[in-house]
Amino acid sequence: MSKLPYERPFIQKLNTGSMNKFGTKTEFAPVTHLDGVAVKQISEEYGSPCFVISERQIRRNYQNAVRAFKTRYPKVQFAWSYKTNYLSAVCNVFHQEGSWAEVVSIFEYKKALQNGVEGNKIIFNGPDKSLEDLKLAVENNSLIHIDHFDELYMLVGLLEGGKQKARVAIRVNMDTGIYPMWDRFGFNYENGQAWNAIIKILAHKELELVGLHCHIGTYMLSANAYATAAYKLCDLALAIKAKYGQAIQYLDLGGGFASSNTLKGSYLQGADIIPSIDDYAEAITSTVLNSNFPQDELPTIILESGRVLIDDAAWLIGSVIATKRLSDGRRATIMDFGVNLLFNAFWYDYKISPAQEFTHHMEDMVIYGPLCMNIDCIRENINLPLLNKGDQVVVHKVGAYNMTQWMQFIQMRPKIVMVDMEGKTHLLRESESLDTMMVLERMPDHLKKIK
Amino acid sequence: MQINKNIAISDSGFIFNPSSGDSFSTNQVGLDIIRLMKEGKKNEEIISEIVAKFSIDESTVEKDLGDFSLMLRSYQLLNEND
Repeated sequence: MSKLPYERPFIQKLNTGSMNKFGTKTEFAPVTHLDGVAVKQISEEYGSPCFVISERQIRRNYQNAVRAFKTRYPKVQFAWSYKTNYLSAVCNVFHQEGSWAEVVSIFEYKKALQNGVEGNKIIFNGPDKSLEDLKLAVENNSLIHIDHFDELYMLVGLLEGGKQKARVAIRVNMDTGIYPMWDRFGFNYENGQAWNAIIKILAHKELELVGLHCHIGTYMLSANAYATAAYKLCDLALAIKAKYGQAIQYLDLGGGFASSNTLKGSYLQGADIIPSIDDYAEAITSTVLNSNFPQDELPTIILESGRVLIDDAAWLIGSVIATKRLSDGRRATIMDFGVNLLFNAFWYDYKISPAQEFTHHMEDMVIYGPLCMNIDCIRENINLPLLNKGDQVVVHKVGAYNMTQWMQFIQMRPKIVMVDMEGKTHLLRESESLDTMMVLERMPDHLKKIK
Repeated sequence: MQINKNIAISDSGFIFNPSSGDSFSTNQVGLDIIRLMKEGKKNEEIISEIVAKFSIDESTVEKDLGDFSLMLRSYQLLNEND
């Protein structure tokens, strides 16, 4: 007689009278396939943990965003936010779709060039641009978004007396009713600093003021804030036209559109509270269209969306290392991935699904990572089936920032895989090894021997 | 380790403690362990019976039994005088 399948013994106290009024589903359908490829197959081939990216979902997200804006406004350009995920393969999916590159460091700038992006289609943002960086950007005719007066004067000094010209914009920070106000970047609108910077740029003929840029925040839950931002940029552009007769070619509204991940402490699920891409598009485009631009001088709207285009296009496959009982009786599950790989777990309650069949029994648990550090907690409270050592799980919507902000801390970073449009898997990044770590280290001669 | 004598257990895994009024649900393996405990079986016997019935190794059952007993104790289902 064959033996029965085993499930860890489980006992749960039954509580009556405290039902969830929203009737949240507690049963979890196992996620056995990602974009048509079996989780088991991926982890056998590439190991666990492993990031998996869907090329199909990236393209779907991009095309949907372009549709939302282009059906409302004639001149729209997206620029892929490199810092959100600068894996070259990911960047090139966006570039193939027609996206420019938006970079915030010389590392990202050179990566964009290496990916084949033309210099004049790279937007160079950020507060840290050295003289050498600016020189390279000017030579490549890139769009330089000036962040502060020191950068402005450095650029003027670089170009003074020469024949080269730089295409520039200023980053404008402003009150859009959102807290916190990101006034550490750019020039302030309300106190006249932005206008002051504009006058200084217009006074230098080697600087060509082609655009105005803002980036009002991240994970923005209000589309109206973008209407306010667009209104203030339009106001500046129209004032420049009225006073100096110069038309501004583009308004760059930056990024910050929310993905459907759930923020920690949020009462409702992320998907239930975030504006849709059409809401953002409507707020921005209707504001620009209702401004007083002549029809033939409508500025191009540039968007530097990152999170909203990539978050739901990637998963992290992981495995259970151990389960244990905490002193207060709660179940603790230790995974082979932690905050070293999911940096965004500090502010997201990531959705986690089992990757194999389970019975209907569920238990509350804390999910910890593998680091020997107390901060390594992925979910402080989650209801999942009875997980055992070796079981696999899938963490959803991990595409934004995790693969750039991840840490080589205690553990080495794992492989990243992409599922292409035909359902084939490709390795995008090798896992790290001791050799990877040691390649940059140097040992003084007197420390080479320890005996 | 013995389950309190007055605990009522149904075939479907529903458990009722008349002295506290608390009710619980358990799964098949939990139910088997509680029944074996009620029969007065020792830990070693419980482990071997579970290994004989289910597709699992001894060390996993030993680990899970320890954890399960901890939960039974915290729910005051064990006879502490035992």
